[in-house]
Amino acid sequence: MIPLIQREVVQVRKWISPKEFIDMLALAQSAPGVIAINTAIFIGYKIKGIRGSIVTALGCALPSFVIILLIAMVFSNFKDNAIVERIFKGIRPVVVALIAAPLYNMAKSAGVNWKTIIIPLLAALLIWGLNISPVWIVMAAIAGGIIYGTVQANRLKNRN
Amino acid sequence: MGIEIYIQLFLSFFKIGLFGFGGGYAIISLIQHEIEIHGWMTNSEFTDIIAISQMTPGPIGINSATYVGYTASGTILGSAVATFAIVLPSFIIMLTLSRFFFVLQGNKYMEYALSGLRPAVIGLIAAAALVLMNTENFIDYKSIIMFAVAFFASFKFKLHPILLIILAGIAGLILY
Repeated sequence: MIPLIQREVVQVRKWISPKEFIDMLALAQSAPGVIAINTAIFIGYKIKGIRGSIVTALGCALPSFVIILLIAMVFSNFKDNAIVERIFKGIRPVVVALIAAPLYNMAKSAGVNWKTIIIPLLAALLIWGLNISPVWIVMAAIAGGIIYGTVQANRLKNRN
Repeated sequence: MGIEIYIQLFLSFFKIGLFGFGGGYAIISLIQHEIEIHGWMTNSEFTDIIAISQMTPGPIGINSATYVGYTASGTILGSAVATFAIVLPSFIIMLTLSRFFFVLQGNKYMEYALSGLRPAVIGLIAAAALVLMNTENFIDYKSIIMFAVAFFASFKFKLHPILLIILAGIAGLILY
């Protein structure tokens, strides 16, 4: 979805510069929430303030909302249909594979190494095995990151 | 069904929007957890939503909010409440961030926080996959073979998710 947004707001409409777009994308990806929505809000705000951001967010969410709502309404009638059930029996394990397959490359680009692999492993085991809410994991990760970063920075300072 | 379901949907999806770092797949783990504690749908139903989300345009977070909101409440209003609730934190956060954009850019504490989040997000996605590996989604040895083939096709040959889902649907029709 991001390349589409980039084409529309940078190349076609020229609302923001390519450099601004890259900076903004970094922020939208670091912030919590749906990245496309974050991007839409930022661009709308930049062009026309809060009103602009409401319009761009609505514009970004509305097509999905309508499409999925229609599917949800229709699908609830066909869920128990034998043919639909056979199709989804085939699809379900493949969906799991689609979530698991990018993990290795994502971990590499997130800078996970043999030392830090304990973090995703522990997070996954706590959520999966002990049914801990992912919200706690996120909060612990933020706190842990800040504490570790500060301690490291102090250690460097003391050494100099 | 009273007003409670709407309040629950609002609170759950607000929480998901507020703590859903890492986009797309990482958000699945948070949605999964909320669905499970409220008993809004079965694991296989949620897997179907992910499949539908993959095949339709639009972000997986919005798609899931709309779908779960409708199924949990049985109304369009529920669907709107959940979708609104997942977007609302983005508003608050992005509007605040854009005011302090220059202060925050390169801020060391933000960098520290992100360096903790990045590996944790990988764990969230792994957890999402692990939770879905159950007997609802893996009904027999054929499921396991389909999983292995799809994993390999996606990892090694980067086959497009939509193509893989279509092929899986056809395989399901033939095999079951």
